[in-house]
Amino acid sequence: MVVVRTVTSFGRSGTFDWLYQRVTAVVLIAYLLFIVGFIFLAKDFGYQAWSELFAQRWMRVFSLVALLSVIIHAWIGLWSVVTDYITNRVMGGKATALRLFVETALAAIAVLYTVWGIEILWGV
Amino acid sequence: MLKVSIYRYNPETDKAPYMQDYELDTQGKDLMVLDVLELLKAEDATLSFRRSCREGVCGSDGMNISGRNGLACTTPLSEAAPKNKLVLRPLPGMPVIRDLVVDMELFYEQYKKIEPYLQNDTPAPAIERLQSPQEREKLDGLYECILCACCSTACPSYWWNPDKFIGPAGLLQSYRFLADSRDLATDERLSNLDDPFSVFRCHSIQNCVNVCPKGLNPTRAIGHIRNMLLTRAV
Repeated sequence: MVVVRTVTSFGRSGTFDWLYQRVTAVVLIAYLLFIVGFIFLAKDFGYQAWSELFAQRWMRVFSLVALLSVIIHAWIGLWSVVTDYITNRVMGGKATALRLFVETALAAIAVLYTVWGIEILWGV
Repeated sequence: MLKVSIYRYNPETDKAPYMQDYELDTQGKDLMVLDVLELLKAEDATLSFRRSCREGVCGSDGMNISGRNGLACTTPLSEAAPKNKLVLRPLPGMPVIRDLVVDMELFYEQYKKIEPYLQNDTPAPAIERLQSPQEREKLDGLYECILCACCSTACPSYWWNPDKFIGPAGLLQSYRFLADSRDLATDERLSNLDDPFSVFRCHSIQNCVNVCPKGLNPTRAIGHIRNMLLTRAV
């Protein structure tokens, strides 16, 4: 049997990617519910409450985990989209270069957002 | 009068595929789509399609019938052409050899990948390898597949990656051997499926379940494979 080899997928293994896609989705829904809940349920919601929330270490860590989850979730999802639509079977040899370019751009954005996010979380 | 519109393409004479319109007097009978094709072929011998058993067992006449994949021999006009308008196209996403005849090479290639045969190195017993009724029951809903390709060619993931994604038909068969108590190659089989394409291009949209002329459920089988892979991996 010819096994398909990939080096640009998140975890090289389909099972690994599938699991991480779901775990990160759970983290993101938890974070979303928490943030929306905080906005609507906090007493005197405003700059003060917001900055006090993000001054706590657990909130920064929770936010960082959510940020990393976005990055991982987006990478797995967009990698699937890229490998669905930019294929050598349909586009010929130029698909390799185009796919690599798009994947590199996505990776650069992922790193940029991660570093930028950490700066914001620990910078205020 | 039944109006029939059929996809025609002869690569030797036609620059591009086109739809040809036919009319047929069904005399009020609820014919099967294959009967319609046979009657039309009697008038126009150039019309090409595959058929063999004409009773939903061989899987030769899978085609796109009024927008939905199915077997021509088991699809009645009352279902496919309620308004007396029948549209026939080849299975979507497959290379067309001529008219409704498609090249199934990649489809069989995927089938071959899952090693569709029992693997068991232990010495064969004198009569046969026995299964309990419970073990045999696990194969129900799996062994009935006739490889007509209606499911795989209804699957967008298969359209995009027919060379990498095994597709619903192949995966249903794969699970048929993973679930078989007599097969001992479970671990090797799972290892061969662990990459991001073979199984995991399935996003469970269930087009395969929707069209299967045998009423099988490839999505459920794929779910079982996923669980087996996960159980092994976490």
